[in-house]
Amino acid sequence: MTSEHPRHLAATLRRRDWLISAWPWRALAYLVSTVPIAGVLTVGLLVIGAPLLAAANALRLHNRPPEIPLMLFLAVGSLTLVALAPIVSFPVAAVERWRLGLVDGRPLPASPWPGLAARYRTAAGWREVAYLFWLGGFVPVAYWVFLVLVLLDIGMVTSPWLAGDSDPVVIWRPIESAGQAIPYAVVGVLLLPVLCYGVGLLAAGQAAVARWALGSPVDAAALREVARSRTRLVGAYEAERRRIERDLHDGAQPRLTSLTLQLGLARLDVPEDSPAARPLAVAHDQARGLMVMLRQLVHGIRPQSLTDLGLAGAVRELADAAPVAVTVHADVDGALPEIVETTAYFVVSEALSNVARHAGATRAEVRLSRAGGDLVVEVSDDGRGGADPARGTGLTGLADRVAAADGRLLLASPPGGPTLVRVELPCRR
Amino acid sequence: MSPLTRVVLAEDEVLLREGLVALLTRFDFTVCAAVGSAPDLLEAARTHQPDLVLTDIRMPPGRRDDGLRAAVALRAERPGLPVVVLSQFVQTGYAAALLDSGDGQRVGYLLKDRVAEVTEFVDTLRRVTGGGTAIDPDVVRQLLHRPRDPLAALSGREREVLALLAEGRSNASIAGRLHVTEAAVGKHVGNILLKLDLPPSDDTNRRVLAVLTYLRADPVG
Repeated sequence: MTSEHPRHLAATLRRRDWLISAWPWRALAYLVSTVPIAGVLTVGLLVIGAPLLAAANALRLHNRPPEIPLMLFLAVGSLTLVALAPIVSFPVAAVERWRLGLVDGRPLPASPWPGLAARYRTAAGWREVAYLFWLGGFVPVAYWVFLVLVLLDIGMVTSPWLAGDSDPVVIWRPIESAGQAIPYAVVGVLLLPVLCYGVGLLAAGQAAVARWALGSPVDAAALREVARSRTRLVGAYEAERRRIERDLHDGAQPRLTSLTLQLGLARLDVPEDSPAARPLAVAHDQARGLMVMLRQLVHGIRPQSLTDLGLAGAVRELADAAPVAVTVHADVDGALPEIVETTAYFVVSEALSNVARHAGATRAEVRLSRAGGDLVVEVSDDGRGGADPARGTGLTGLADRVAAADGRLLLASPPGGPTLVRVELPCRR
Repeated sequence: MSPLTRVVLAEDEVLLREGLVALLTRFDFTVCAAVGSAPDLLEAARTHQPDLVLTDIRMPPGRRDDGLRAAVALRAERPGLPVVVLSQFVQTGYAAALLDSGDGQRVGYLLKDRVAEVTEFVDTLRRVTGGGTAIDPDVVRQLLHRPRDPLAALSGREREVLALLAEGRSNASIAGRLHVTEAAVGKHVGNILLKLDLPPSDDTNRRVLAVLTYLRADPVG
């Protein structure tokens, strides 16, 4: 649907033709159909509240505590109803979701029976119970207030006819003649559209509460599944990068080296004054340039040191290339999932370049260890600290990358230092 | 240099292997075996007892550092065996592993790219066969990049000289490269050795080794 055809009541209320659309009738239908349900629930609530009422009553009327057997009976009934509430709320919620369709075109998916235990244990179940209490407790009060206003208006509109009869009609002051009643009738007629909007507002408010309470809550299991599937996807990317790196390394790079070598050999055989010498030299230079470019390209796809040396070795290479003195402690036996390896490598690489760029440190330490099912990467330095992800020191990118591998990043960097970056990466496959 | 330097060559990519064979043959090396995997390299080197082993690092069967490990194993059997390994990218750890093997001499660690500089590449092979040591300029640059207090004492020019020393160059070659007199280079070298607390020596190879030994004694565990 387009915005020309809003799908729910609250959105239609601003439209100028609201009064002559079907929406007031739909709102009315919603309110009217609420009455029997809310009525039953109110009775239930009264039963639950009966011990309290009885006690108050006994104290007020007879000035003594209520009788014990009666109180016991009422309390048992009350507790039974409260205990049954999560079960009762299920069909009510189902009906309410269906009824919401009257004023709201956005469907709330029906939830299947989750099992008895789940009704008592899930937040969704207790939200529905809360909705039950709201529907049985608060809604009837609102309806009564509104009903009084409606009756008042009906009284005003009909007052000219009523005033002519035997008894005077009382609105604010007694009205004794039809003539006196006419201004009231006019106001009453003018108030009719306001009441229509009142119907709309009441229904819209109720529907909003229903949608909030009965909408399927954010499903933790589904979220976990999404996270897992994202991790799988990132893992697949990683495998693909590795394949590309291998293909380039095993196929393209040696061939290009071979080509450059042949060109170099050819140059030796071509006399300097030959017309072929110059283009051959150019070709040789270009091929050499391409070799350097391809090497950098392949490194960008996946660090070759990672493929050749594994994580510990590759991290030592990183430490070797760092402009500050870096000590590496690696205690990682056994194979790691590819994504964990590359993410850990990236973390160390980024953290060390942050150390070099921002920390003003003289020493840094990298620690790789296994803790439970996790790989733990810690990079610490003796710099000035005060690293703040908000100031864009590459930490946000680091955190994103770690999150994609389903891991987490912890940072301790008080002003004055030292700084510690700790990353935990789950290693399940 | 004897025209009959006997070489065992290991490179898994056929085209490059053939190219290298052509290059070696053209410069009067004798290729006794050209193989494509680490186990074949071990076998060929044991059979032929060559004057030089030239190998790629990443090779079958593991496709990791199999070539390097084979080279190190061969040098454990024959500590003076000249070995030059080719690497697709700079890895200081590889260079260190090679320098730690055997007697620490007659080893070369080069980026594959250097193959394209045909004459320089052949010069390097000859230097290593003749008892020298050759470490790729990129590796040396990376090592020199690190702050190390004794190295911080070196002047810019002295660092340049040290880098060229580490490549296994003679004073004359360094003088030519830096456009200074050989005497000036000699003075720089003396200063470097003094500042690095290394006993002066006339033996170029020992100087290089001393420098490299110092360089790889790094704090990385």
